[in-house]
Amino acid sequence: MKILVPLKRVADPDNANKVKVTAGKLDTTGMQWKPNPFDEYAVETALRLTENGASTKVRLGEVIVLTVGPKEAETQLRGALATGADRAIRIDATDDDLDGDVVARAIRAVVEKEKPDLILVGKQAVDGDSNQVGQLLAEYLGWPQATFAGTIKSEGDTALLVGREVDGGTLTLRVTLPAVVSVDLRIVAPTSVSSKHSPTHTYADGVRFAALMAIMAAKKKPMVEFKLSELVSDAAAKIAYTTHELPPPRKAGIKVKDVAELVDKLRNEARVV
Amino acid sequence: MSHTLVIAELHEGKVRRSTLSAVTFARGISQPFDILVMGQGAASAAAGVVAFGAQKILVADDVSLANYICERFAPTVAAIGKGYKVIVATASSFGKDLAPRVAAKLSAGYAADLSAVRVEGDKLVYRRPVFAGNAYASCSITTPIHVVTVRQSEFGAAEPSGGASATETVAVQPADAAAARVEFLSLESTKSERPDLGEARVIVSGGRALKEQFAQVLDPLASLLGAAVGASRAACDAGYAAPELQVGQTGRIVAPNLYVAVGISGAIQHLAGMKGSKVIVAINKDPEAPIFQVADYGLVTDLFQAVPALVKGLA
Repeated sequence: MKILVPLKRVADPDNANKVKVTAGKLDTTGMQWKPNPFDEYAVETALRLTENGASTKVRLGEVIVLTVGPKEAETQLRGALATGADRAIRIDATDDDLDGDVVARAIRAVVEKEKPDLILVGKQAVDGDSNQVGQLLAEYLGWPQATFAGTIKSEGDTALLVGREVDGGTLTLRVTLPAVVSVDLRIVAPTSVSSKHSPTHTYADGVRFAALMAIMAAKKKPMVEFKLSELVSDAAAKIAYTTHELPPPRKAGIKVKDVAELVDKLRNEARVV
Repeated sequence: MSHTLVIAELHEGKVRRSTLSAVTFARGISQPFDILVMGQGAASAAAGVVAFGAQKILVADDVSLANYICERFAPTVAAIGKGYKVIVATASSFGKDLAPRVAAKLSAGYAADLSAVRVEGDKLVYRRPVFAGNAYASCSITTPIHVVTVRQSEFGAAEPSGGASATETVAVQPADAAAARVEFLSLESTKSERPDLGEARVIVSGGRALKEQFAQVLDPLASLLGAAVGASRAACDAGYAAPELQVGQTGRIVAPNLYVAVGISGAIQHLAGMKGSKVIVAINKDPEAPIFQVADYGLVTDLFQAVPALVKGLA
């Protein structure tokens, strides 16, 4: 199976509360760039789907990672190559000029060249929180979409059983490839992804880490670059961000000394019970 | 011709109450709106939304729409929606799956998960949370048609305004070619007598500290308060709570009158899903837990003692 995984870099999500607003613009100065966690999960999913239990050295298929962004975003692509992806594509662009729609249209152009069987994306980037690129891309390609995947079972690598995490439960779809699947948190649980050629061991919870040797080897893996203008003739964004602001601070609360005081406060001060 | 098209979500033959958040958005911009009710059984479900002040209720009822499949719904939404200025759905898993595909069909800009909207002259300015709610962005859509989803936690459910909107049957468009490659197999949902997380006035939410006693400890409190039960990601990942109970940036976004966080440390991603709650109570034995930074009432103690005592105290 040939799998394409779009990957975005985001300002450190574990320090999202450190984001500042300077002159109406988001300011992430001092925050580290990290791969969007959901996209890392998509990479892990792609690696698991192409794992060959019989011969772990040879992947059954190919995993291509892609980003749309400046030269520095190659760091995150190299990180994915170090965990096992085969090659990388960077579409050169300035972050400020992009919206999810431009990104989806740029990826479409790459898909038309690469013809992958499956596109695995994170369900949302945790900076913009829009949750859109997978769905937009599926429509632009005329492919089926299966969003918010918590489980994936490959059926002979021609179709996937996808357990979608939806409000109030799990919705299971069978999608015939090629398709776009966006992944949710629990896709990296030990037994969430399986195929006939999966290894017999169970995976550790979460994404795999790169060994030092693999980090060195990743520097030699292929990385090609496209210009955004080569792929998208009209790169105008459809959404214009004007200003940003920080949320109003929550007023400081109090510590109560015991359950009795809590009950009293809830009844007589907050009046919510 | 109306200005705004509200996309209703159906569940078990009825319009989901979450749809009323999109109605609140439509009313908020003071423009005439229609509601599209789509799915098998839409004709009878439409009765549920005739009293909300829509110009028209458009009904797309067909056996091919028995189960929600995006590739079957999006063509009809787009065909109807192209006659409107704004297409809005509530940001449920249904809305978030469907709306971007509709936007792409119409070459329309899409703004997700809005927390507010304001009218500036002839422009609509949308406000939406970014960075797990640690900042808010104002934005506008530059295409003639706008597609948006709105947060249930910030656009409250619309109240009926009386009257009866006219109902009109609309044609169901052929499914996308891609629909031939999607097969609906099942929808497994846990039947619960408790209110839905998105609509509950009180939520009792638990973290990993509850371990296997998650339900045993929280259920009596939830029952007493008529509350929905929520959970942190850690509790869901560990299998102590079902995944659909997860509250957070990527789970359900909630804003009840009272949110009781039990044994939840308060990761940024969890806070993103609940810090809009009116009153927050945190019970945690770690006095340094970040949850206390957003809690109105914090109680540093062992939850296994405190929760049963709280049930007793409130009974």
